Order: sequence, then C-alpha cells, then structure tokens
Amino acid sequence: MADKEGGHQEHPLGIYWLFWFLLFLLSAFSYWTDFWPDGILRQTAILTLMLAKAAGIVYIFMHMWWERLALKLAILGPPVAIGVLIWLMAYEGHYTEDTREEYYGESTFEPEPVHH
Amino acid sequence: MTDAVAEVGGTAGVAEDWARDKQVFGVPWGKAMMWIFLLSDTFIFSCFLVSYMTVRISTTDPWPNPSEVFGLSAFGYNVPLLLIAIMTFVLITSSGTMALAVNMGYRKDRKKTFWLMVATAALGATFVGMQAFEWTKLIMEGVRPWQNPFGAAQFGSSFFMITGFHGMHVSAGVIYLLVVANRVRNGFYERRGGNYEIVEIAGLYWHFVDLVWVFIFALFYLW
Repeated sequence: MADKEGGHQEHPLGIYWLFWFLLFLLSAFSYWTDFWPDGILRQTAILTLMLAKAAGIVYIFMHMWWERLALKLAILGPPVAIGVLIWLMAYEGHYTEDTREEYYGESTFEPEPVHH
Repeated sequence: MTDAVAEVGGTAGVAEDWARDKQVFGVPWGKAMMWIFLLSDTFIFSCFLVSYMTVRISTTDPWPNPSEVFGLSAFGYNVPLLLIAIMTFVLITSSGTMALAVNMGYRKDRKKTFWLMVATAALGATFVGMQAFEWTKLIMEGVRPWQNPFGAAQFGSSFFMITGFHGMHVSAGVIYLLVVANRVRNGFYERRGGNYEIVEIAGLYWHFVDLVWVFIFALFYLW
C-alpha cells in the first residue's frame, strides 16, 4: 500500500478519470436543481450534492482516503465543531428576525426588477 | 521517513502514532503543514459562510434571487446562473488537470507535470477573469457592500467578502502553481534528489480552493 512509504500518493490514473467525470456529473445535477421549485426537496438535493462533491475532492483528489487515521482525525475532526456554530447562529438569526419584526414591523423594501 | 510510520492501523495506530515519541504524522512535514494551514483556512471560510447564513436569516428585507441576479442573457434567453455554471466548469476542469499533474510528478514525468500545472494555472486565471467580469457587472448594476437595488443590503457585503476572499485564494494559487511548475521544468527538484512531493502539496492547496467553491456555489448561488 502506498501510505506505508510515508505519504507517497501514487495511484492508478483510472480513479482520477472516474472521479473527475463524477464531479462534472454531480455539478450538472447541482445546476439542474436551480430550475426546481423551492422547497425541502431542492434544499436536500443541494446539500447532498455539495457534501458528495466535497467528500470526493477531499478523499480522492486530496488523497485523504489513503492517509493514516491519525492525520484523518487531526484534519477532519475539528471542523465538526463548525456544526455547533451553525446551529447556534441559526438560532440567534431567527431570534433577531423575530425581534426585528416585532419592534420594526414587516419590511417595506420594494426590490427593483433585475435587468441584464 | 519510512520508519516514522507504524505498521499498526486503525485506532491502535492513532495511539501508536501519537505515543511513540517521534513525529506523529508519517508524511513529509510540508504536507502536514499544508493540511494544518488548510484546516485553519476551513475555519475562516466557515466563519464567512456562517455569518452570511446569520444575516440572511435575520434580515426582514427580501433576499435577492441569485438565479436572476447572476443570470445572463444568451441567444435571446435569460439563462439563470450562466456565468457561475461556466466558472464552476472551469474550476472542476482545473482540479482534474491538477490531480493528473500530481500523478505525473510521482512518475517523474517532468514535462507532463509542467504542462498540466501550467494548464491548471491558466484555468485558474480564467476563473479569476470571469469573476472580475461578474464583479464589474454587479457594481455597474448598483450592487454595493452596503446596499443594492434587488433586496437586502447584506447580500452585497456577503457577496463581495466571500467571493473576494475566494478569488484572492485562486489568484495566490495561480502564482504558487506557476512558481512550482517553473521549478519542475528547470530541474530545481531534480538537483535536490528528485522528490516531487511539492507538486502534491501545491495540489492540496488547489483542490482546497475548488472545495471551497463547492460550498459557495451550493450555499450562496443555489440556495
């Protein structure tokens, strides 16, 4: 196995071609979701495709799949804490929105149409 | 280098790697350092994206519709997110050429490594060029970090901060890749024992830039 040689990451080219192709395919799907009606289905699709692409880039293109567990844990472990930050700030954001609506009322902003 | 990596794998391997009074990660130091830098960069971009989420949730003004704001008219049709789709395509293509460059580096095929890295840098420069076009277009339409005609003011500040910081990473990556590519070409690494780990380390940075774009594309442009 390549990782026994201390980080030498030489793999058959086929795996790169395959993942490269998948990345194009998944990105095309991502773009396609822009034509879907808004809703939980579209949001789930956006997030699922995003995570699939991200995992593929880290594991295959960045070779994390073949690294030792000590390195995997050191790099992939800490970002889990970001999940807590997302939860906290979403909670805070909704609270701020509620107080704004309660004290300032609904928005009176009238958007202009977009021209190109 | 080889003796730094224990034969034990799994969780027992983690304990082994941390407890043996030697370097923990059985990879070249440059690669460990690049990973740790990328981890810190992950937190920076996460802070930007989480702030964007917070202001988008908390504003009472309507959020501008990204597929209209970033749409372009082509052949008489309004195509949503056209430029962004092309930029995504360019960046993914560059990620593939970079992965191949790393592989060719390990095979000590200097010529192919050099040209694949140059191609990656050229695609990266194309991406930055298209981003400059996008910024110019939005600024001419009146989008500013403090206001815009299409909806909540926070749209502009989030947009310029997030894509600007990402674009800066791409620009730095283009310079980094060209420096390394030139050294591959002129035999710099050959004179130092023919070790092409540096190509993989530069590749890690480049793939990270693509990785960040995956999140920006999903959370800012599609959401």
